[in-house]
Order: sequence, then C-alpha cells, then structure tokens
Amino acid sequence: MLRTETITLNLGPQHPSTHGVFRLRLQLNGETVVGIEPVMGYLHRGIEKLCEQGTYVQVIPLTDRLDYVCSMTNNQAYAVAVEKLLGLEVPERAEYIRVIMAELTRIINHMMAVGFLWNELGAYFTPAMYCFRAREHILDLFEMTCGSRMMCNYMRPGGVSGDLPEGFLPAAKKFNDYFKGVIDQLETFLNENEVFLARAVDVGVLPADVAINASITGPMLRASGVAYDIRKVDHYSVYDRFDFDVPTCSNGDVYDRYLQHIKEMWQSVRIIEQALDGIPEGEVMNDQAAKALRRPPQGEAYGRIESPKGELSFYVVSDGSANPYRVRIRPPSQINLSALKEMCEGHKIQDIVIILGSINLTMADLDR
Amino acid sequence: MTNEEILSKLRERFPEVVVDVPELIDFTVAIKPEAVVDVARFLHDECGLDYLALLTAVDQTERFEVVYHLWSIKDRTTEPFVLKAYIEDKENPTVPSVTPLWRGASYQEREAYDLMGIRFEGHPNPKRILLWEGFPGHPLRKDFENRTYTFEELKPTRPTGPEW
Amino acid sequence: MQDTMSEEELIEEQIKHNIFLTTVDKVYNWGRRSSMWPVAFGLACCAFEFIATGMARYDLSRFGMEIMRPSPRQADLMIVAGTITHKMAPQVLRIYNQMPEPKYVLAMGNCAISGGPFPSYAVLQGANEILPVDVYVPGCPPRPEALLEGIMKLHDKVMHQSIKTVPWYK
Repeated sequence: MLRTETITLNLGPQHPSTHGVFRLRLQLNGETVVGIEPVMGYLHRGIEKLCEQGTYVQVIPLTDRLDYVCSMTNNQAYAVAVEKLLGLEVPERAEYIRVIMAELTRIINHMMAVGFLWNELGAYFTPAMYCFRAREHILDLFEMTCGSRMMCNYMRPGGVSGDLPEGFLPAAKKFNDYFKGVIDQLETFLNENEVFLARAVDVGVLPADVAINASITGPMLRASGVAYDIRKVDHYSVYDRFDFDVPTCSNGDVYDRYLQHIKEMWQSVRIIEQALDGIPEGEVMNDQAAKALRRPPQGEAYGRIESPKGELSFYVVSDGSANPYRVRIRPPSQINLSALKEMCEGHKIQDIVIILGSINLTMADLDR
Repeated sequence: MTNEEILSKLRERFPEVVVDVPELIDFTVAIKPEAVVDVARFLHDECGLDYLALLTAVDQTERFEVVYHLWSIKDRTTEPFVLKAYIEDKENPTVPSVTPLWRGASYQEREAYDLMGIRFEGHPNPKRILLWEGFPGHPLRKDFENRTYTFEELKPTRPTGPEW
Repeated sequence: MQDTMSEEELIEEQIKHNIFLTTVDKVYNWGRRSSMWPVAFGLACCAFEFIATGMARYDLSRFGMEIMRPSPRQADLMIVAGTITHKMAPQVLRIYNQMPEPKYVLAMGNCAISGGPFPSYAVLQGANEILPVDVYVPGCPPRPEALLEGIMKLHDKVMHQSIKTVPWYK
C-alpha cells in the first residue's frame, strides 16, 4: 500500500530572505505548503520592562530601536501618546517639521520594502541598490538635523528637540525634485515586468474582511481595498492642512502590495512639497513640557499614528511618579502576521518567501 | 453609535456585568472577567466595533487588568471604546479568549500569557511566544526584578533536541 | 643591448623581473585577507548599516567582501551585527560551529560587544560570552566608515598572524 507523509521544513532563524531572525515551521506535501507555524521571539529584548525603569524622556531612545528602519515615526507615536496624557500643545513649526520627517521616513521604509521584495524575488540586490542610494540622501538630511543617521531621538513630547539647520529646506526641496525621477525610474523598470507579474499576481491574496478581523492595518489593509488611513481619520498633527489621497488596490495579492507602496510614495512626495512651502517660523518646543514630564498626572492614554508599516500606538499608564508604570507598544509587524495561514496555505514554498517579503516585516518591531 | 449609547445598551442587555466606569481620558468600561466573551460578541455584532486595535495586560497592585481598545472601521470612529476586565485573583488569573471573534487577538493573548502569566481559556494555541517554555517566571510582573542573566545560568532551562 | 650581456647577466635580469621571493606566512595571510566572505547574519539594527556598507556609497566589494554567503559553510567571517538574545544564542553558536576554519568573528555594535542599551532579562550581555571575538566595532549603530575601519583592523590582524601559531593548526 502506498503511504504519503508530509515533510516538516524549518525555515530557520538565519536565512537570507527572512528580514532578520524569524523562524517558520512548514509542513510540506511535495512543494505545496499545507501547514505553517511561525516561531518568533528571537529578537525579544524586553523593551517594555526597560521602559518602566527610566523616566519618560529616557524611553525615547528605546523607541528608536523598535522599528529601526523608521525611527522618527516611532518617536512621534510615543510623543503623541504622552502629549495626550499630559494635555500638551505642540507649536506649529514643530508640527510641520514632524510631518516632513514622518513623510521622509515613510519614503525610506517603502523603498526598503520594494528593494527587499525584489531581493526575495531573485533580482539579487540590484533594485535594492537603487533604493539604498535614495535612502542615503535622506539619511544625509537626518544627519544634518539631529546628528545621527538611524537612531534619531529627535521628536520629544511637546515638540522636537532642536530647530532645523540653515541648509535643510533647500536640500530637502532638491531631494524631493530628484526623488520624483527615482520613483519614475523604478516604476518604468519594475511595474510591467513579466516575470514579476507571473509570480506575484494572485499569490498571497488577503480578502478585506479577513484583514479587518485580523486587525491588519497600513499598506496591507489598503492593498486589500479598505481605504483606512489614520492620517485622514484622526487628523492628528497638521495633516488636515495638506491635500493628499488615500490610494487603494483591489486584489490584495503580492503585486498589489508592491503597487500600494509605490502609490503611497507619490503621496508622500506631494505632502513634503506642500509642507516645505508652508512651514511657518516660530518655536519648536513647548515650554511647559519639561516641567510636566517630571510630575505627570495619574491616568492612561492611548496615542496612535499611521506609521509606514501600519498603526503604531503606545498605551501609557502613569501612576503619578516620574517613571511610567506600564508602556505597551502595539507592534504593527506582529499583528500584520495574524492572517498568515490564509495567505500562505496552498502555495508553493517559493511563494512563501515573497509573501513574507510583501508583508514588510521588521523583527525588532515584532518581538520588541 | 457614540460610546455613551453603547454603554447604555450594554447596561440594558447585561445588567450585572459592569463593575466600574472610571474617569479616564479615553472612555473606559470595566467588566467582570467571566462575561468578556458575551460582551465582546455584543460589541462586535451589534455595535459595529469590528477592529480590535490592542490587547494589553497590566499588573496593578491589587488586581490584574486586561484592556481591549476597540474601534470601528466602517463607522470611522475617532475615539476608542476601552473595555477592561478586572481580574481579582492574583494567584491564578484567567480570562476567556476573544480569538474566535477577532483573529488579531491571537498573538497578543499569547504574549500576555508569556510575559504576564494570565491564562486565556479557549485559545487555539496557548503556548509562550516570545520566550521559551522553560524560562523562569513571567517577566512583566511587578515582582519580577529586572536582572541580566549569563548564558550558563539559563542553559538548564532550555529545551533539548529538535525543539530549539 | 641583450647581445652585449653575457648569459649569466641575462638570466639575472630575467629573474629580477619575473620571480618574487617571499615567505609562506605572507602569501598565506595575503590570500586569506584579500577576499574574506562574510556570513549573511544580520540580527537587528546594525544589519542595516552593514548592508549600507555593502551598497554603492561605501563599497565593500573593494575588499572582495560584497558577496555575503547565505550558508555558513562557505564563509570565513562572521559579523555579529545586532543584539544576541538568550533565545537566539544557541543558534548563533550553531552557525559559528558550522563555519570551516580559518574563521574570524567581528562584533559590530554595542549590543554585540556588551549588551548595548538593553540591560534586560532577555539579552545576552556581549557576544564574547559564547564566541571568541577578534575585533570590536563600537557604535549604536556604528557608521559604515567605522565598520570599514574595523574590517581594515581585522585585515591587519590577519597579516600579522603566523602559520606556526594559528589556533586551527595546533
């Protein structure tokens, strides 16, 4: 009598295409995946426990290291939560600076997503080279402002830590004009590529109702057709002064998630242009912030922003002392994995790799 | 539906369940832990709160709290509806799981069990997620002192064989 | 001119231009340092600066190192870029054991040197608890120029090793 068995394959924590230390246990029937179980925690650093040991301002460098590709938006999410807790107002110039930095960070993240997706597809590092070249220009702008390339530690509750230097605005404008040519070039090379279309269309489809039920947010949700963008829903910061759209795609497969990232980069370029034109003069930090942070009121606050990966939010519980009592971080990468079974089962093993690439994970955000 | 309307409908439907409505920045309703699944199903089906943003476990001195932040995507609400479950039993805290209603709660409940020790009944895969099964203790509890371990100290707690 | 030189002088002329005299040590070390292949082993944030070092602005392929081998059996340098947590530590050791000798370890970033900004229950306080580290590159994350300096120091160290005293031939 013939008897078949499934193979258990371990796509281990060290693998060239899992964006860091992420482990998958696959049950394979030949090459088709019939069961999938992710194992995470290989980068769990205990950040939530460390947040309770320091003061409110000492938490900010730890938030930098959460989702290390987009460190500015992590700072912004924490600042929004603490400002809600303390009832602080942010000066206008600081809000405009925050918008510019957040959109530049969104561009970095989406370029990384596109570059690494193509790395998984097999175009070994060539599109990633183009994307990293654009990233270097943005990192020059960050270094001009806050002194560091990646771990910026720039946005504080109450404003930003320092004003923009002299040459920042012309340099940012020059970068913005140059960057439109870069996205154009990427679209020309990559959008209609036959191999990509054959491999990515109808692979890893995520229906909209499954996405909402699985608490998925960000570009993954919008690629499945739900136009939910926290910048438009909550009107946090000064986003309601800018004119931009919320693009969506209809199918929810790997190709749509890639296209969603490209469309959102065009919108970010629009926002940066309007912000650079309209930035007012003024202070960049609320004077009451330093005093209020030393003795915050007792209570809790939930502050959320639209980070490049999804909804990033902080739930801060305070008991009246100078250290936070509990800081809980909503990890967009971990929650975006909740529907992995639906997306992956029935596909071949090489499709799993590109589906993971299209979800745009960052391990430090997943494990904290 | 506004949050106050939801609260009044909740009080009509489940008369004994609401324990407290504390005065906090976000609209919060605290209930008994046994009623979590029924209340959650009511909120999901009849009040349109289809998006569970965050599930947190907090270790207050006299009790554990499990906090659910709920929003509605189809109504585009801008204020969360915060549901809290007050767990008085600190020795053996248990709460029913909401994973059958909101899939997004699955990893978050495993993490609450891993780091805080709260058991979720009815969860399809109740294993530790960020640390391994033999790790001594639940780190986010207030009586767990934050200390650093060396490699040798944690060696006997590790699983052996193909599991690791 | 060659007609006027005697045969011995002709041979000596040819020897000067075509034969090099050196030591076994120098050739052995030069071969090993000129194209070290790193294992693709990025753990956390430092991995991004490592990848940026391999990209167009700060080029790693001038050292012959731009191919990061996915399999440890084909690599001879392990750049520990990022935090080693207690859950990951046995896997790091496993990969180090799979690399064939001669092998070197470069600890990149504060987390690999001594736990970095995370004195917590889940982080191994330094890669040298489990691995023998040759070069430490501090920074959080270190700039690509700093990583290049670390790599050049490693090359220096390799050039000064002698085949009589290397640990894998003892």
